[in-house]
Amino acid sequence: MSIHARFSLARGDSFRLTADLELPARGVTAIFGQSGSGKTTLLRCIAGLERPDHGYLRLGKNIWQDDAQRIFVPTHRRPLGYVFQHAALFDHLNVAANIDYGMKRVRSATRRVQRDDVIDLLGLGPLLKLATPALSGGERQRVGMARALLTSPSLLLMDEPLAALDEQSKRDILPYLERLHRELEIPVLYVSHSVDEVSRLADHVVVMQDGRVQGSGPVMTMLSAPGLALARDQLAASVVEGRVMDFDARTGLSRLLTSVGELHIPQRLVSGEEHRLRIRARDVAIALEAPTQTSILNCLPVIIQDMQPHGEHELLLRLGAEGRLLAMITRYSSDQLSLATGQHIYALIKSAALEA
Amino acid sequence: MLLESDWTALWITFKLAALTTVILMLIGVPLAWWLAFTRARGRVFIEAVVALPLVLPPTVLGFYLLITLAPAGPIGSVVTAMGGPALAFSFTGLVIGSVLYSLPFAVHPLQNSFSAMGRVPLEAAATLRAGWWDTLFTVAFPLCRRGVLTAITLSFAHTVGEFGVVLMIGGNIPGQTQVVSIAIYEHVESVHYAQAHILSAGLLAFSFFLLLAIYGLNRRFTVSQP
Repeated sequence: MSIHARFSLARGDSFRLTADLELPARGVTAIFGQSGSGKTTLLRCIAGLERPDHGYLRLGKNIWQDDAQRIFVPTHRRPLGYVFQHAALFDHLNVAANIDYGMKRVRSATRRVQRDDVIDLLGLGPLLKLATPALSGGERQRVGMARALLTSPSLLLMDEPLAALDEQSKRDILPYLERLHRELEIPVLYVSHSVDEVSRLADHVVVMQDGRVQGSGPVMTMLSAPGLALARDQLAASVVEGRVMDFDARTGLSRLLTSVGELHIPQRLVSGEEHRLRIRARDVAIALEAPTQTSILNCLPVIIQDMQPHGEHELLLRLGAEGRLLAMITRYSSDQLSLATGQHIYALIKSAALEA
Repeated sequence: MLLESDWTALWITFKLAALTTVILMLIGVPLAWWLAFTRARGRVFIEAVVALPLVLPPTVLGFYLLITLAPAGPIGSVVTAMGGPALAFSFTGLVIGSVLYSLPFAVHPLQNSFSAMGRVPLEAAATLRAGWWDTLFTVAFPLCRRGVLTAITLSFAHTVGEFGVVLMIGGNIPGQTQVVSIAIYEHVESVHYAQAHILSAGLLAFSFFLLLAIYGLNRRFTVSQP
């Protein structure tokens, strides 16, 4: 099953959106871009909240919009959930009435998501009787997510659900999103301008700029793709997948076999499980020879695929067979080590910086 | 105490105010909704027309209404030709006049509260499977309850308090178009001060408590003065 979306829309003289996308209808697809890139407009077109000048939208076998056939399914007849940037809760209803609002409007035969499960998943039990103005920003977002999930949507659209939150609330809510991703089989389109969120949550990434789609692909290739905004970000990171080989209770380290090599991480993981690791480019250091006396456990022999300037004093290196591992180093270090494309080197990654 | 004709005038006033309020809600809600959410250029024009009764002397509005609704007038002649009742100097004429005269008092509070609510709650309701009418009654009205309540009370109160338009279009026919404000005028003209006092004091108390109720319910409300 897949999602096919084709839109073109002009707003005034300044803004144009043109997109033609084929997206997987499973897992989390991040729509990444800076503000004004058209990512929210794209999401609103998919929801039917914005009516594009020309459009075609198909989810699996269901056509939601086709100008050629004069089909435009209004938003309230599309089986979708939408999480707004500022939650958009109904302030005349308490938390329980908010999360029940959509559920009551869905026929009981089509309810696949259980109310108790969602309340549990998002930790809303103690909040149910509260008035919505009494909630914190993070709590409001969790209520907004529960409200959307309880309509048992075929597609969940999230418009920068963390952007309006402070750092602490973000850290509090991210684990809920990760659980959502793991435990529910609802495809998610997630609009974000944060590389950090994209690398933690997404399976597939669409990169938008100036109302156009710059690229679309699996997160692992997109994060390190040269020329895209993701790898140019201050928080550039790579994502690798690996299988847990074993856990050593004495050292507290798990060994994972990943696409870039063997990695140790200071976490108790179950053997045989597949995990996803996020490696920030700034946490990777370079050595010409395998260091012998060092505290760093992860030392991978790699090839430099290419080197790109990042700002005035730094370089972004793409390492490994497919260039999936990113390293951010200073120009000075690069000159000291006389690094060059094609060279065999060692990538050093601090275990403490890794989490599964 | 109250004469029988006073009781009749009170009943006509109440009937007029109630009917006017119902009609104003039916017209005012869609009009205010459109004004609050449209991006059309004609909006400013319609807004100015709706606000006209706030600045015009009631006699001007009454005068033009009389001319249009008279049996020879552009609307009156059509209605008469279709076998309809005479509009000028009738209760129906009074209702038409009151609706136009009190229109801004219904539209402004509604429009303000719709604008303050914004589109976001409506969009949220749409993503939660609520259709248009469902959204109107379960989201928009509850969120705008102050504006709705204010519009209802002001429409009613303002209709009770009108004089000029009613006199011009309805004349002063006891039992048909004589409302309280005109009955008071007539009592004063014929030097029946006691009768005038009873009705005036009653109207004063009624208006005061109605406004007191609005202010109590809605502290943020600001009255737009005619």
